[in-house]
Amino acid sequence: MYPAPFRYHRAGSIQEAVSLMSEYGDDARALAGGQTLLVLMKLRFEEPSDLVDLGCIPEMSYIDHDDREVRIGALATHAAIAQSPVAEMIPIVGDCANGIADVQVRNRGTIGGSLASGDPSCDWPALLHTLDAEILCEGPDGQRILPIEGFVEDLYQTVLAPNEILTGVRFKRPPANSGGAYVGFKRCAPAYPTATAGVQITLADGDLCQDVRIALGSAGLTPIHATDAEKVLRGKPLSAKVIDQATEAAVSAAEPVEDMRGSEAFKRSVLAVLVKRAIDAATRRCKGEKVEMSHEYY
Amino acid sequence: MSTTEAVEQIEVDITVNGQSYQRVIEPRLLLVQFLREELRLTGTHIGCDTTYCGACTVMLNGKPVKSCTVLSVQADQGEIMTVEGLEQDGELHPLQTAFSEHHGLQCGYCTPGMLMSSYALLAANPKPSQKEIRRAIAGNLCRCTGYHNIFIAIDAAAKAIQDS
Repeated sequence: MYPAPFRYHRAGSIQEAVSLMSEYGDDARALAGGQTLLVLMKLRFEEPSDLVDLGCIPEMSYIDHDDREVRIGALATHAAIAQSPVAEMIPIVGDCANGIADVQVRNRGTIGGSLASGDPSCDWPALLHTLDAEILCEGPDGQRILPIEGFVEDLYQTVLAPNEILTGVRFKRPPANSGGAYVGFKRCAPAYPTATAGVQITLADGDLCQDVRIALGSAGLTPIHATDAEKVLRGKPLSAKVIDQATEAAVSAAEPVEDMRGSEAFKRSVLAVLVKRAIDAATRRCKGEKVEMSHEYY
Repeated sequence: MSTTEAVEQIEVDITVNGQSYQRVIEPRLLLVQFLREELRLTGTHIGCDTTYCGACTVMLNGKPVKSCTVLSVQADQGEIMTVEGLEQDGELHPLQTAFSEHHGLQCGYCTPGMLMSSYALLAANPKPSQKEIRRAIAGNLCRCTGYHNIFIAIDAAAKAIQDS
């Protein structure tokens, strides 16, 4: 299948990309790894007049960290993130990066593309909600730093302006007594997930939940931040009963849409299992246990 | 953009199986079409055309990718290896021999992609476990349900390369 014809522009720098996006306007699209955009273009769901290729911009593939925060460039691939020290340090990042699609897609697809596409089936938006990340954007008037909360505002719709480029993300390193896990269920490796859940828990003495963030992916038109479920857990010892209540609250926050991956009821039952598994793995990781976690499929 | 406008053409230089090719192409030409239609290297197959099946897998700058979801212009100045590049001086690659000996194919449509994903696996990990083999070809679908023999073939090829 051929995409509809478009004009192609290769940006050599972020500034050049911004000026190209400004010049070609609303019908232009920024191209990163293309693993979402090119498929939509081949299916003619997207017919941009102009493609601005960011792939040759050298300063956008970084994966950096210091004692305080992690910074990842928009062009960092899922594979590069999976193999980075950040994935080792913060296991929930590795869960997500390794769980996305398959080897080939992880070699091309980028964290920036996953976010900027606004695709509710993409994994990074939900993961970045659990880490309360900030999104770095560059436009004609300079840089904007936006919270992940509300960044994807509707189906395939982000708050990025048409002439803005997403250049990277940053988030605080979780404290030492914190652990997280991100798990999804999908029908096979290359398929988009049926549903995903991310949980980052910080434990105080024993099993007392000091802080927690819970987000759901592929569970509605945008990523879902399950704040009611967080309230159930925060400040309480993690008993089986409290975990059941939090799971119920998280599943109620979801707004899954029936599609070829399953009915709404099926997706809610999948989500309940995923939230519980993620809470369990996150809690064990808080205590220093090594837990292998990734998307599951038949 | 109206189709009556003159179609923009772009010059690319892509190295495929060690040979450099300069071509003037439309920006929308996908890498798999460049390989099959411009270079007539039809070993690389188009299966699903939506980044699922992996029949179009090639090596791009040393990493396996699905060439149905890469624009040729994105591979400009890049190095590609296709299934045609596995054979050296008329000798089959140990993976090809193992797929043949262990019946690692039935209809053969997915085989070029299976071979390239396996090639990438063994280049990075010469002694893969069964789990690692399964994970490495998770992005390659075989509709003849021939996975069992494919796992056996990859394992046999790994051992053959070790012993040679």
